[in-house]
Amino acid sequence: MIFSRRKLMSKKRRGRQRAASKPCAAFTDKRMEHVVEVSHTRILFAGAMLMLAFGAISVRLIDIALLQEATEPRVAHSTRVEAMRMDRADIVDRNGVLLATNLNTASLYANPRKILDPNEAARQLITALPELREAEIQRLLKTDRAFVWLRRNLTPRQQQSVNALGIPGLYFQSAETRVYPNGPLAAHILGFADIDNRGIAGIERSFDTSLRENSEPLRLTIDTRVQHALQDELLKAKVEFNAIGATGIIMDVNNGEILAMASLPDYDPNYAGQALPDQRFNRATLGVYELGSTFKIFTAAMALDYGVVKMSGGYDATEPIRVSRFLIRDYHAKKRWLSVPEIFMYSSNIGAAKMAQDVGTEAQQEFFGQLGMLHPARVELPEVGAPIIPTPWRPVSTMTISYGHGMAVSPLQLVSGVSAMVNGGLVHRATLIRSPSTEPRAAKRIISARTSLEVRRLMRLVVETGTGKNAAAEGYVVGGKTGTADKPANGGYRRRSLISSFIGAFPMQAPRYVVLALLDEPQGNKATHGYATGGWVAAPIVKRVVARVAPLLGVRPVDETAPELHQVLDINLNREGRQLASY
Amino acid sequence: MRPIARDDTSIMGRWWWTVDHWTLCSFALLTAFGLVLTVAASPPVAERIGLDPLHFVRNQAILIGPALAMMISVSLLDPRSIRRVGAIAFAGVIVLLGLTLLIGPEIKGATRWLSIAGFSLQPSEFVKPTFAIVAAWMFSARRLGEDVPGYLISGILYLLVMGLLLAQPDVGQAIVVSAIWFTQWFLAGLSIAWVAVLGTAGVAAMVGAYFFFPHVASRIDRFLDPASGDSYQIDRAMEAFLNGGLLGRGAGEGVAKAYLPDAHADFIFAVAGEEFGLVACFLIIALFVFIILRSLFRVLEANDLFIMLAATGLVVQFALQAIINMASTVNLMPTKGMTLPFISYGGSSLLALGFGMGMLLALTRSRPGGHT
Repeated sequence: MIFSRRKLMSKKRRGRQRAASKPCAAFTDKRMEHVVEVSHTRILFAGAMLMLAFGAISVRLIDIALLQEATEPRVAHSTRVEAMRMDRADIVDRNGVLLATNLNTASLYANPRKILDPNEAARQLITALPELREAEIQRLLKTDRAFVWLRRNLTPRQQQSVNALGIPGLYFQSAETRVYPNGPLAAHILGFADIDNRGIAGIERSFDTSLRENSEPLRLTIDTRVQHALQDELLKAKVEFNAIGATGIIMDVNNGEILAMASLPDYDPNYAGQALPDQRFNRATLGVYELGSTFKIFTAAMALDYGVVKMSGGYDATEPIRVSRFLIRDYHAKKRWLSVPEIFMYSSNIGAAKMAQDVGTEAQQEFFGQLGMLHPARVELPEVGAPIIPTPWRPVSTMTISYGHGMAVSPLQLVSGVSAMVNGGLVHRATLIRSPSTEPRAAKRIISARTSLEVRRLMRLVVETGTGKNAAAEGYVVGGKTGTADKPANGGYRRRSLISSFIGAFPMQAPRYVVLALLDEPQGNKATHGYATGGWVAAPIVKRVVARVAPLLGVRPVDETAPELHQVLDINLNREGRQLASY
Repeated sequence: MRPIARDDTSIMGRWWWTVDHWTLCSFALLTAFGLVLTVAASPPVAERIGLDPLHFVRNQAILIGPALAMMISVSLLDPRSIRRVGAIAFAGVIVLLGLTLLIGPEIKGATRWLSIAGFSLQPSEFVKPTFAIVAAWMFSARRLGEDVPGYLISGILYLLVMGLLLAQPDVGQAIVVSAIWFTQWFLAGLSIAWVAVLGTAGVAAMVGAYFFFPHVASRIDRFLDPASGDSYQIDRAMEAFLNGGLLGRGAGEGVAKAYLPDAHADFIFAVAGEEFGLVACFLIIALFVFIILRSLFRVLEANDLFIMLAATGLVVQFALQAIINMASTVNLMPTKGMTLPFISYGGSSLLALGFGMGMLLALTRSRPGGHT
C-alpha cells in the first residue's frame, strides 16, 4: 500500500520538481546540503528556545499557584491607598484661624439591580429626604446599573432617617467634604474644592497637590479680622453708592504680604455651585482696569527719580494738550503754571502728561516693567488677569498712561506698585502664603529712598489738603491718591460709569500698610452732592478701614499736629519757608 | 471498515493520509478547551458591559465552524499554492491595514479595527501568517540562488508592515512579526555576527518603544515597580492562580472573572487556572508544546527550504502568541494585549489562526520522496 501511494504521488511530483529545480541548476548539491543542514540545526535551536520559555512559564505557574503564602497581605497591599485618602490639609490664616477644613459625611448611593421595587423605594426615600424629586429617584433606581449616587454629603440625622427605612440596595459611602467655616469671608482667595475634594479655584486649586499630600495646615498671610473689616466696609459702601462691584486690598509694604483682599459681589464657597460667574469673578486679581489718577503716583515718582523735574519745579497747565485726536484737559482746571505738588494735589492731567513726556516713553516702559505691570501679577492664585498695555506704545500712550488711561492693570498690581513707592523704593512680590522663615524677602530697588520720601510727602498732601481729605483717619497719618476713571466702552469712554478708587498708605512717616478701596460704577447720592468720584466714595472707605484695622495691627495713633511729623512730611516749596501744607 | 480507503486518490483521500492527524487533533482539542473556558469566563464580562450573558459564547461558537473549515480547506493546498494564496492574502491584508489607519474607529487610543459588513475585523491578526509565507518565499528564493533580491524585498515588506502596525499603534503584533522575520532570516543562514547585531537592534527597538509610546512605558513601569501604578489586573490574575491551586475551585466557581476586565480574552489563562487548577494549565501548555515540537520535527523531515522557513515562521507566530499571553498572565513580563491561540475569545484571531495553522498543516503534510 505504501508503495502504491508513493507511485501515485510521484507522477504528479515529477513535473513540479522539474519546474522548481530549474533555478537551482547553478547550485551544487553540496552547497544545497549545507544550506539545509544549517537550517536544520537552527530550527532545533529555535525550538529549544521556545521550549525554554514554556518551561519558565510552567515553573512560574507552580510558584504562584502552590508555593505562595496566603493572599491576605497581598490584597491589602494592592488596594490603592492614595486614591482612598481623602483628608485634605486645612487652610489657616496668619494667626492660625481656620479658613478651610474637612468634615466627615456619608453619601447615599444605590445598586439599582438590588432594589426590589423602585417605585416604592423612591416613595419611601423622599419621606426621609424631602429635597429629592421622586420622579428623578425612580428613574435612577430603574436604570440597569450597579451604582448610582442619590445624594451626596448627608447630615448624621438624614443618614439615620434613611437607615431607618431599611430599603435593601441602598448604601452609604463615607467621605469627607470641604467646609469653609467663615462662609464668604476671603472666598476669592480660598477658592473652593468640588464634591470629590479636588481644588477648583483660588488657593484650593493652585495648592491642590500639596494640600492633598501634606497634613500640615497651609498658612496664609491673610488676617481674618482685617479681612472682615475690609469686606464689611466695602459692602457697606457698595450698597450706599449702589455700585455693581467693589474690591479692596491691604498689603504689608515691607514684604508684599497680602493681609486682606476682597472682591464684591462674593459667594459662599460652601455652596460654590450656586454662585453666579460675576460672584466668582475676582476683581482684585483677575479684573484689569484703567485706574485713573492713582497712576500719577508713579508718574511723579519716575519724574523725580530720573531727575527730569524737582519738587519745586512745575509745568504750565494753562491750555489743554491736543495730541492727534486726543484732548488732554484738567478736571479741576486752574489754567496757570502748577508746581509738582500742585499738579499732584489738584490731580492735573496736563501736568502729569508733560511730566511723562519729559521722562520719555522708553524710561516709562522700563519703570512699569520693573514694577511688574507689563505681565500678569505673580501671586499664588490661578485667577490672574493679564494687563492690557498699548501696542505700539506711542508718545500719546506715554501721556495718557501718566494719568492712568490707556493701560489696564489689576488692582493687586496697583497695590504692589504703590507699596514700592512708599516703602523706601523696594519692589516685593505680592504673596498670599505666610513664609515660616523670618528672613527678609528678596526685593529689588526701583527708586531711591529720597524719592520715596518725596512721594510720601505728596501723598500726605493729598489727604491733608487735596482731593483725599475724606480718607484722613485721625491719628494714623494717612496719605494717598484718588483715582476716578471713565470705564471704556465701544472704543470710547462712558461718562457716567466710573471706576472710583482711593489708594492710601499709613502711617506716612514710616509706612507699614497700603490700603486700596475701589468701587465699580458707584452712583453719587445726596451726601456726596451727586459726586461718585474716588475722593467722595472710595476715600471714606479707606478712612474707616484704617480706623478699624490699625489697632488690630498694632499701629499706634499719633498727634498729627506734632511739629516733628510736619518736619518730615511737609513740603518746602521755596526758601521763604512758604509751606504748601498751609494752602 | 475505514471510512477512507488507503488507495483513495481523491483530494480528500490524499489529504487524509498525508496530513498530520496528531496536530489536527490537538488544534481541535485546543478549540474545544477554548469554548469551555469562554463559557466559564465570558458571562460576567458580558453582563458587566450590558450584553446578554452568553453573547461572547455564541459569537465564539458561531465562528469555530468557519475557522475549522478554513483550516482544513487551506491545508488541502500544495506548497506552491500556499505560496500563491499567502502572497495574495498578504497584499489584501496590507490594503486593509492601510484602510484601518484611514477609516478605522479609535478604540482605547488605538485604531486596530475595521468594520466590514457588520463584522469587526482586526487586519493585524492576518498580517502575521501571510507575512510569514511571503518572507519565507523571498528568503528561500534568494538563498537558493534565484535571481530575485529576496532579502531586500523581505526587508522592505518588513519595514512596511512595521510602519503600519506601529502607526496603529500595536506594539505587541509588531514584536511577533519581528520575531517571525528574524527567525526566518536566522534559519536562512544569517551569520552569527549579524545575529548579534540584529539582537542588539531588537533590544534597542524595545527600549525605543518604551520612550516613544507612553502606554508601553506605563506598562513596563508597572511591571518593574508594581507600586508605581495600577496593577489591578495582574493582581487579580495572581490571586486567581493562587485560589485555583492544583485542582482548581471547580467549573463556574471562579471569582476573578468578575473583576478581570479581559477575563475572556487576554486573561483567560487565569480563569483556567482558578476554575480548573494547575492541571488544566499544564494540559494547555502540553498541547501547545506538542503542536510546536511535532510541527518542527515534521519540518525537519522536509528538505525544502521554503517549507522549512514558512512552517517555522508560522510555528514561531503560534508559539510566541501563547508565550506572550501566558507570560503576561503569570506576571513574567509586562502585560501585552495578545490572544491565547484558539482559546481566547476573538473572531479575527480565531479566523486568522485557522488560516495560518491551515497553511502549517499543508506545509507539514508528509511528502514521500519529498525532496523538491
